[in-house]
Amino acid sequence: MNGGFVISQTDKRPIYLQIMEQIKQRIAVGDWTEGRPIPSIRQLAVDLQVSVITVKRAYLELEREGVIVTQQGKGSQVAANPGLGTRLQEEELEKHLAQAARLADLLGMRPKELEERLREAGDRRLEKEGEQV
Amino acid sequence: MSDLAIELDGVGKTYPYFTLDKIDLELPRGQIMGLIGPNGAGKSTTIRIMLGLVHQDYGDVRVLGHRMPAEQVAAKWDIGFASEDMRLYEGMTLEWHMNFIRSIYPSWDAPYAQVLLKRFGLRAEQKIKGLSHGQRVKATLLLVLARRPKLLVLDEPTTGLDPVARHEVLRELTAVMTDEGRSVLFSSHNTQDVEQISDRITFIDRGRIIDSMDKEAYLDRWRRFRLEVPFGIELPALPGIIGIRRDGRLAVATSNAFAPDMANAYESTGARVKSIETMTLEEIFVANVERSREEVEA
Repeated sequence: MNGGFVISQTDKRPIYLQIMEQIKQRIAVGDWTEGRPIPSIRQLAVDLQVSVITVKRAYLELEREGVIVTQQGKGSQVAANPGLGTRLQEEELEKHLAQAARLADLLGMRPKELEERLREAGDRRLEKEGEQV
Repeated sequence: MSDLAIELDGVGKTYPYFTLDKIDLELPRGQIMGLIGPNGAGKSTTIRIMLGLVHQDYGDVRVLGHRMPAEQVAAKWDIGFASEDMRLYEGMTLEWHMNFIRSIYPSWDAPYAQVLLKRFGLRAEQKIKGLSHGQRVKATLLLVLARRPKLLVLDEPTTGLDPVARHEVLRELTAVMTDEGRSVLFSSHNTQDVEQISDRITFIDRGRIIDSMDKEAYLDRWRRFRLEVPFGIELPALPGIIGIRRDGRLAVATSNAFAPDMANAYESTGARVKSIETMTLEEIFVANVERSREEVEA
């Protein structure tokens, strides 16, 4: 069983993206390590109660990104890919930046002002770290 | 053996107030197909033609390799059909019905039937007349599922069920897919169910098939663009855009043939693309029906 996978209905992203993200999370936190066999497409589809074609799509995209490798007749496994943790954080950052850009746009803020605010946030963080030390 | 569970080729049927027009449809073995469309679109008629319950005026129908309606007797051993208007014997218990089906179909899986009884929260010794609507729906599904047919055809299997029962039913339908040789076709008004468990989607409106394809490819074709358009600029009619709503400087454009370069095309007119959003099947459903209604009125 793959009980920890939860497909959210309020998450506006397509289901295949949610599956990809949850697999990447398992790899990023170290639960799924290099070479670990991952569930067959059909098995994961049945466990998650989603269509086979959706899981197939998620696996194909993960393969394309080099996160998993699939061998004919042997199923899929986690790829040898030590940089994944960093890359996931990069993606996370990208998402937050896009969100910040969107909000700034709604507030009618110019790109220069947003830049300034980001610098301030960085400075505040440094100050806090200074206090802790 | 054909690798198609269901094959409809140019199928039609004319009634005094309704015409089913040149229906083409294919369901490969090992897949789940969701049939969606508004009320009176022709979903039930299409299903009944597949089963040989209604005879088409023209066109070819093959189900599990059998020509329908001519070979419906042979086909029915491997088809499990359930619909809302299916009648059970009011005075008899569910157990009586289970024994009855078992005596006809050698494929009856008694242990699985017991599992389903528990999962659906049904009691075998209860008479049908004492069952609620939801319990009747589940009882009918149990009688069909426990036969483990090669093809399941279900007309509105989740209508009238509470959320827990709906999940149980969806779970059993997806569990069927553990076996690559089995297939499911179901109709539903619940687009969320269809979006979740179907491999293929077939969309019917007013007796015609609007779309029938791979679900992922289908969802991927639809996008909503949120645009900011300066005054005095007209948005061009891009191919693949099926509707634009504009209110002052803001506009929302819907595409059913999304390509990334559409964003560039809008930007080059002076508009600004604020976001590009994917759409749920429910939103696509409404956009599709609205569009086809407009075409008729025009």
